[in-house]
Amino acid sequence: MTSTLSRAALPTPAPTRTVRRRPPRISLTRALYFVGFLVVTTAIMLPVIIIVLTAFKPASEVNAFPPTLTPTQWTLDNFRAIFSELPFARLIGNSFVFAGGVTLFALVFDSLAAYALARLDFRGSKVLLIVIIASLMIPFQATLIPIYQLVSDLGWVNTFAGLILPRAADAFGIFFLRQFFLSLPRDLDNAARIDGASEFRVFWSVVLPNAIPALLTLGIFTFVNNWNDLLWPLVFTTESDHGTITSGLTLLTGPGGIIPQGVMMAGALIAVLPLAILFLLVQRRFIESVASSGLK
Amino acid sequence: MTTSSLQRRRPWRPPGQLGGRRPLNDGFRRRAVVVGFLAPALIILTAFVGWPMFSALRLSFTDASGFGQETWVGLENYARVFTDPSILQSIGNTALYAVLFTPVALIVALVLALAVNSPQLPFRGFFRTTLFLPFIVSLAVAAFAWSYLLDPQIGLLNYWLQAVGIRIGNVLEDPALAMPTVVLVAVWKSFGFYMVIFLAGLQDIPKSLYEAASLDGANGWRRFTNVTFPMLSNTMAFVVVIALIAALQAFDQIYVLTGGGPYRSTQTIVMEIYQSGFKDLELGFASALSYVLLVATLLLSLVQFLFFGRRGEDTSS
Repeated sequence: MTSTLSRAALPTPAPTRTVRRRPPRISLTRALYFVGFLVVTTAIMLPVIIIVLTAFKPASEVNAFPPTLTPTQWTLDNFRAIFSELPFARLIGNSFVFAGGVTLFALVFDSLAAYALARLDFRGSKVLLIVIIASLMIPFQATLIPIYQLVSDLGWVNTFAGLILPRAADAFGIFFLRQFFLSLPRDLDNAARIDGASEFRVFWSVVLPNAIPALLTLGIFTFVNNWNDLLWPLVFTTESDHGTITSGLTLLTGPGGIIPQGVMMAGALIAVLPLAILFLLVQRRFIESVASSGLK
Repeated sequence: MTTSSLQRRRPWRPPGQLGGRRPLNDGFRRRAVVVGFLAPALIILTAFVGWPMFSALRLSFTDASGFGQETWVGLENYARVFTDPSILQSIGNTALYAVLFTPVALIVALVLALAVNSPQLPFRGFFRTTLFLPFIVSLAVAAFAWSYLLDPQIGLLNYWLQAVGIRIGNVLEDPALAMPTVVLVAVWKSFGFYMVIFLAGLQDIPKSLYEAASLDGANGWRRFTNVTFPMLSNTMAFVVVIALIAALQAFDQIYVLTGGGPYRSTQTIVMEIYQSGFKDLELGFASALSYVLLVATLLLSLVQFLFFGRRGEDTSS
């Protein structure tokens, strides 16, 4: 080592090359760290990997012993089966209507209320904010029975109204958006007010366009949570024609409902796919906002 | 509910300003605007959060079944919650679940956050995204994948473990292993969420502290115990509380994997609420159980609020 270094000082071309090899510093530790962590990550991701690979396996290989990781023969049979033997397209549609409907309503209603709390100084706004924050702490599982009774009295069981409307506004969204609206400079909307804009116009044309990152974050969060929720659609849809992909798949694997594992995994893959795409499109912002929703 | 009390407590206002344009009408219009903005969300929240809370409380003192008459039974439902051995077992199971889930999820999340945060690791962004991915998978779907991996006949994980001499058998039929298994599924699904919260906490630690520690000759482990760990204690307390709250609500993967079995060893409070409320139609009893869950959650939230309330106000200004 030392000899190569001292020789590098000499103006001969060949040793210079050996010295130049050092600066990129792809050190052994970093490479080992990378490989080691890649192995750990792959092991952690095994359930996701098994869903993807099993979905493309023929039935004979899904149930084979000894089990294998990758299919030797790739097939789309499982996907064909799930659409032909089950009302699967309907379940996907229901999931989009339910999760999308909740998201859309909640974004509109939450942002309206958040705007009032952040910008319209009215008497009692502090109390109202505290009540809203307090209601954040109520788990929906604890109030499910009266909610069900109410929905049932309204005749909304097995309807999209029953699935969507109870969640059309939510305390977390109001609080989250209020915090974001407060961080926007007031000069912006005051200027619009001086120009004679109504409050609604200030809200719609000045504040909302500046809040798109927050709306996007909250929207994805709401969509993912509802798409994945099991208990809620299980309770409000006693017939499968309004079930979601999550509750539908669950009922099919539950007692009595036996569908082959491969078909199941194809269903699981389709259930995850829209969320995975959504997530990968906006992952950085989503992860950052999860982090900040926790602490700030 | 709240809007009407706002209107009632109308503040005294000075008489109309000279030259002002009908101030009384303006005040009315202003209140109408406020009500307009708040009404949709408040109607929904009052109907589907506020009212059900009181309704559940009332139901919990009755023998409501959804049909026929409801009779006031006083504290009978609550007495049953705390004396019925099977319900006590469900409460105990939920506590066991929380005690297993919280430390495991916390340690996994913290270790991975430290690894992903290390400048020594190339492609940190890739790892961060990948490890967060399980969080967007529903617990139900995660449960399908795990049940296939752990299947005693055709499960790949079971097969691999047997190859290295570990026989776990049919974990979901084993009263001793069913609970750790449903906890494992929940940890797998949610560690990414806690990891990201830890990452945010790690990135808030001033670099100068590490530099000072290095100058004082602290090695990696000492830097962790003397800088990272104390600086992360707030984040850790926060994660503990939200993980405990999540554990109280355990349902999805248990419903899919074990249905509460074997021998009720994975029966949790929310499983019990679902079964007594929606299968056995004992609405009064299920409501009493709901209130126990509600109070437990509120107590945990209160701890969190007292811990972080003031801190939150400091940073928001």
